[in-house]
Formats: sequence, C-alpha cells, structure tokens
Amino acid sequence: MSNYQIITTDVLVVGAGLAGERAAIEAATHGLDCIILSLIPPRRSHSTAAQGGMQAALGNCAMGKGDSPDVHFVDTVKGSDWGCDQDVARLFVENAPIAVRQMAYWGVPWNRVVAGKKKLPDGREIEDTKDKEGLITARDFGGTAKWRTCYTSDGTGHTLQYAMDSIVVKLGITVHDRTEAIALIHDGTTCLGVVARCLRTGELRIYLAKSTVIATGGYGRLYGASTNAVINEGSGMFIALETGIVPLGNMEAVQFHPTGMVPVWILITEGARGDGGYLLDKNLHRFMPDYEPVKKELASRDVVARRMMLHIRKGYGVDSPYGPHLWLDIRHLGAKHINTNLREIANICRNFNGIDPVKDLIPVRPTQHYSMGGVRTNIDGAAYGLKGLFAVGEAACWDLHGFNRLGGNSLAETIVSGMVVGKKIAQYTLGATLNYNYSLVQDFARQQQERINNLIQGKNGRENVYKIRKEMEQTLMDYVGIFRNGPDLEKAVAKLQELYHRSLKIGLKSDGKWANPELASALRMPGMLKLALCIAYGALKRTESRGSHYREDYPARDDTNWLKRTLAYWKPGSDLPELDYEPVKITELPPGDRGYGESTQVKK
Amino acid sequence: MSRQLTFSIFRYNPNNPDVPPRMQEYKLTETVGMTIFVALNQIREEQDPSLMFDFVCRAAICGSCAMIINGRPRLACKTLTKDLPDKITLLPLPVFKLIGDLSVDTGTWFRHMTLKTESWIHTGKQFDPQAIEERMDNETALQIYEAERCIECGCCIAGCATANIREDFLGAAGINRVARFMVDPRDERTPAQYFEVIGCDEGAFGCMGLMACDDNCPMQLPLQMQLAYVRRKMALAGLKAGR
Repeated sequence: MSNYQIITTDVLVVGAGLAGERAAIEAATHGLDCIILSLIPPRRSHSTAAQGGMQAALGNCAMGKGDSPDVHFVDTVKGSDWGCDQDVARLFVENAPIAVRQMAYWGVPWNRVVAGKKKLPDGREIEDTKDKEGLITARDFGGTAKWRTCYTSDGTGHTLQYAMDSIVVKLGITVHDRTEAIALIHDGTTCLGVVARCLRTGELRIYLAKSTVIATGGYGRLYGASTNAVINEGSGMFIALETGIVPLGNMEAVQFHPTGMVPVWILITEGARGDGGYLLDKNLHRFMPDYEPVKKELASRDVVARRMMLHIRKGYGVDSPYGPHLWLDIRHLGAKHINTNLREIANICRNFNGIDPVKDLIPVRPTQHYSMGGVRTNIDGAAYGLKGLFAVGEAACWDLHGFNRLGGNSLAETIVSGMVVGKKIAQYTLGATLNYNYSLVQDFARQQQERINNLIQGKNGRENVYKIRKEMEQTLMDYVGIFRNGPDLEKAVAKLQELYHRSLKIGLKSDGKWANPELASALRMPGMLKLALCIAYGALKRTESRGSHYREDYPARDDTNWLKRTLAYWKPGSDLPELDYEPVKITELPPGDRGYGESTQVKK
Repeated sequence: MSRQLTFSIFRYNPNNPDVPPRMQEYKLTETVGMTIFVALNQIREEQDPSLMFDFVCRAAICGSCAMIINGRPRLACKTLTKDLPDKITLLPLPVFKLIGDLSVDTGTWFRHMTLKTESWIHTGKQFDPQAIEERMDNETALQIYEAERCIECGCCIAGCATANIREDFLGAAGINRVARFMVDPRDERTPAQYFEVIGCDEGAFGCMGLMACDDNCPMQLPLQMQLAYVRRKMALAGLKAGR
C-alpha cells in the first residue's frame, strides 16, 4: 500500500513563471499531458515584477534602425564577457523577435512606434518615421548598441505573465499551485519526477512524469539585500544539485543591479536610466561620465555597479543609517513622463520611501539581482547527468548570459527558452516511456517524510532556522559581493560550511503540522546553504575577473586559464561542492574588448 | 521614543477545526520605515513561527499580501505602520477560502474568474512566425495596459457587499477584466458574446453600486468607470438584440 498520492503526467513543470508556463504551453500544444507545480498562483510569479522590458532585434524605432539578430548576438556575447555559449546566443537572438511577436498575438499591449520628431534628454534629435508607426517600439538599455528593449510602460513582466497565463488557462493546462517540489526522484540515470509538499495541507505527494522541467527562477534570497521576491530561494537548483549527479554551472556569476532602492532593496528599473535618468554622488556630481565617457549610466550592469561601489569607497557616498548610497535623478524627465512611462517607479518611491521622484532624488545602491548560474543544460535545455530532466529560465545555466546578463535579456530568455526548449522537451517526451520501480519511488517520499518527522521531533538538534538564515545572508553580503578577494572568500567558505552543519541540526519551535511555514523554511535551509557554498567556493577558485565576478586580487580577465565554465557537483555526505570545468564554446566571436569600461579595469 | 505596537491577529487553521478561531496579540517595537511586511516577518521569526501569511514580491506588484488591516482591505507590503494607530488588527480577506491565519486562496478564485470571463484573446487569425507584427495605435496599447494593471490582489472583492453575499459574483476584478478585452481590437468577440459572460447578476448587473472596490483598489484602477463602460456596452448590446 502506498502512503502517498501518486500523480502521473507526461511533462511536469516545476515553476509557473514565464519560462515554465511557456514550456508547458509548448508541451501541451504537442498534445502532451502537462502539470505545472507552483509555490503560488502563477500570476504572482517573480516574472511579473520585471518592469523594464524584453530584448528582441525588431529595429522598428528610430534608435533601433539597422538592428538585427547579428547585432544582438554581439551585444549578448560581449555582455557575457565571452562566458556564454555562442551556439545558444545565436539560437536565442534569432528566436527573440518571434517570441515578442507571438506575445503580441497572445495579447501583450507592447508600446508602439509613434511617428514624429523627438528630443532626447541629452539634446539629440531623433525622428520616428511614418512607415514604422504602430509597430512595436523599444527603449534603451545598458550594454546594447541599439535601442532593442520592447516594453509595456514599466509593467512589461506583468503583461507578459498575464498574457502567458491566459494561454495556460485557455489550453486547460493543470496547475497545482501552493505546491513545493522538495526532492527529485531518479534512478541514477533517468529523472522520474518529484516529491512535493502541499502548502495547503502539508501532505506529501509523488508526481511521476516522462519529463521534469525545472523553472523555479533564481536564488536572490540567499543574499540579505536582494531585489528578488521572497520566494526566490533557489529550490529548483538545489533539488537538482542534491541528486549528486546533476551539476550547477557558473554559480559564482551573481549579478548586482546598480539601482536597488535603499533601504527596502526594491528594484528601480534600468528603464529609468534608459529613459535619461542619471546617477549623482553626495556633491550632486554626475560621476559616471568620468569613468565611462561613452556609455555613462548605460554601460553594462556589472560595470555600472562596480563604478558605483568604487565611487562610494572613494568617499563620495551619501551617509545613511543603512550605509552609504548614491542618488538616482529622474526629475528632469518631467512629471508627465514619470507618472506614465515610469509610473511603477513613482509608486514604489512614494509607497516605500515616502519620496516623490518628480521632485526628490532616489537613494540607490547596487543590490543582488540575478543569478547567471543554475542547472547546467545543453543547448536543448537537457540537464547534464539525468535523462528526462530539463531546465529553463533563470534556474538554468543554458548558458546565454555567461558572467553577466544584459538588462532585457532575462525576460527574453524566459520566453525564448520556454519556446525552443519546450519543443525539445515535447520531442523527447513523445518518444519516452515512464518506467519506474515502485519501491524506489516510495523510498524517495519516505526519506522526505523522515526529514520532516525529525525536524518536528527535534531529533537532530535545536538549531533555529531563522538565525542560520540571517548568518548565511550576512556572510554572502560581506564576503561574496561585488568586490571579491581570496581571504574574504576563504572566510565565507569556512563560515558557510559551519552553517551547513548547523542546518542539519535544525529543530522546530512550532509543531510543524499541516502547512507550517517554519517547516517549509527548515526543509529548504540545507539546500540553500549548498547553493551558497557553490557560489563562494566557485568564486574562491576562479582566480580572474570576468563579467560580474570581480576579484580584487586578480583584476584581469584571464582567457588563457579561465575561458571555461565551472561545474559544481554535490557528492552525498560532503560539505563542499566538487568543482569541474568545461571549455566555453566560441563559434563566431573570439574574445576581445567589451568596449565599455573593462578595457580600463577598475582602478583604485 | 519608538512606539510599542500591539498586533491583534486572526488565528485559525481549517485543517484543525477543533481549535476555534481566535484573535492573538503580539507586541513589537516600531522601527523607522516599518511596514506590515516587516512586522509580520519579525513576529514569525522571533515570536511565533507557526503564523501563516503570504508575501511574494513585497513591492506591491504581485498582489499576494492583501489582508484586512484595521478594517480595510490593503496590501500589507506597502502599508506603513506609522500611518496606523499603535493597535493594529489584522484579519484575512473575506470571500476567499481560508488557508490559515492571514493566508487565503485567491489563486483558485481568480483562475475561476479568468475561465468564466474567458480572459484570453479570441481571434480567428493564426500566428505567423515569419510575418512582422500587426500594427496598433500606441494610444490603444496604452489604454489596454491601463485596464490590465489589475494585480488580482482581491481587495475589491473583499470590500464588495455583493461578493460577500453571493459567491458567484465576478466583482470589480471580473468586470474590469472584461473591459480590458473589450478595448482590445485583437479580440474579435461581439458585444452579444460579452453579454453572455457579464450581462447577468453574476456580472455587471449584480453590482449594488456601493463602490468600495474603487475606494480599496491599491492600483487605483478606475473601477467605477470600468463598470459604467461595461454597462453602457451591455445596454447597447441589449437594445440591438431587442430590435
């Protein structure tokens, strides 16, 4: 007799953000049965928080003239600091325009080209021509040669997710929301599904599928100051890592967004700078042109974030109880522009800081934002190590972004990878059968039940989950941030190892029954620490600077030794990841100068 | 001097009906910039780890954290404690099924609403991946976005007298949703087809006009205008059908 409800399907998608839903739609349109698991209702996914936009080389607007997938390709590879897989980048740039147009067909109200002359904030005059009127327009984003970021005011993620979810509902795809995957089920060669915990009742369920897709987004909440939603705890990544067979790629590549609002760490979109906003220091001096005369505030994110921190270190930060910060000034854009095109920014400033960006400066500091690393997959989205396991979106290291992602390329990746990988998943699934050993499957669920029982009974110890978590957040902030060095990273690894051992001794203070939230946190804690160790240890071993990974003691990019991707494995019983490396695939564009700042490395 | 805040919070777990619903008090010292999000997390981490509540984006974008704060439906993430008296009462949203304490099941409700209003573009056209996109006037695009800004938080439904007495009422969120598709030229549904969805007591005609939806919408959507717009369209469709 089984103690656990078993649910079988063809394709099981873990995560209902844009990448997961797009992959599910692709599978469903190939006639496959599909179930999506999600911590929350799909429309609450972190994808909805994306304000700025989605890159695709449509070339419709005046400043996008002459754009093409080729230009988009070059920007993406340069942006990645040659860390990306160029085959993937090529596939991506070719498909991004199709994805944007399909989203328009599905109902996204993209902003459109309006013909006429316009004056840019820097004084340049441009003209959108009549022949392009009504086509999808684009705005300027960092690190791009053309204006390429398609948008709906500053609610792009919201409109994309709502349109996407409307197709999920229309197709009748099953969504089990308030359900958390807590372990992958596999037999050593093939993934068979997941053990999941119902967040309504607390019961465990077994989901079996021919294909399992990890689409759980990033792990921003490992850091104390992150722009990420509170659900972004990297669970999809660590349940893959915990198989011991599936590696994570490039976990040391962590992006800090230049403009997190102090002190609530809510993101102020890059669209603010794209539309003409600029950064000021404590003397109200616009300092970015001093460092980056050409791209100024719109150099790539890693560059801007480092320049800001450098400027703060030189003593030009504005003192505050939350540490020094800088200012973002959008006042010159005018009330009309701010209250329409940048309305969400205006609302965020008013609601969470009591300031009005029409009249006031916005306090900002670089804040953890995005994880370039994730479940390592091949170009088809298939995870290394286990058949039938796929990953898409931020949870994956596909690897489109290498060591730095350009703004607007993450929304684009979610949808393009969902579409392209979704097709590969469908093809794989149509040729697959579901073979499993009944007692093996039950054992996976029983192991999780045992973990839960031990936590409730305090059998392993009395450690407090929230205390461990705070220490982990602080360790990453202090020692594995924007500027890194050997001694600090060694401290971080040692501290995280200690915390990992303590996380195995967590005991609950509450009863842990039903949908108990303390239990949910306790179940995640060891996995989160494994991810933290993959980040810190990978960063310690990578003795170069590339993209967002900046080593003060190794400030140059080192293509001779480090043009390679880190693969982190977690062997059972270990307290450190095992690192392996693979070469980065260069097909079209050999490593060179990024052309925005990195030629003259940050000088102290 | 920082204020001492007293939180009176609704406690009930439907999985455990033997323990009746009750109000439980917690005390906290107010900090600068404290929101209900900050306060609830502090209570859970330091005083009562069993307390259930929902947050996702904590930035007033996702709609997860609506609850009744001192009598009014509000997003907890953007409610600052400094705007409230030192006694703060928190209750779960009514109408929606209770999951536990302050956590309610808005997801099921809104998926049902989405299905019932068939909230997707109805078109006979096929998508051609090789073709450039169809043109749209930018003003139209902005108008659609205006109506699409609903974050499905449920504040309008919780504050609605009709929704509180009849469970099949689509409420302001549902009516606004229909308006969103009515203004979209890509959607080929006729007024008569919309009438089938919304021209009834479950839809536009169930509204009593008390307009708490409009008062409570954290996105400041013009829900009263949207109702008027939909009713006008319905009236015209009705007149045409009567000819």
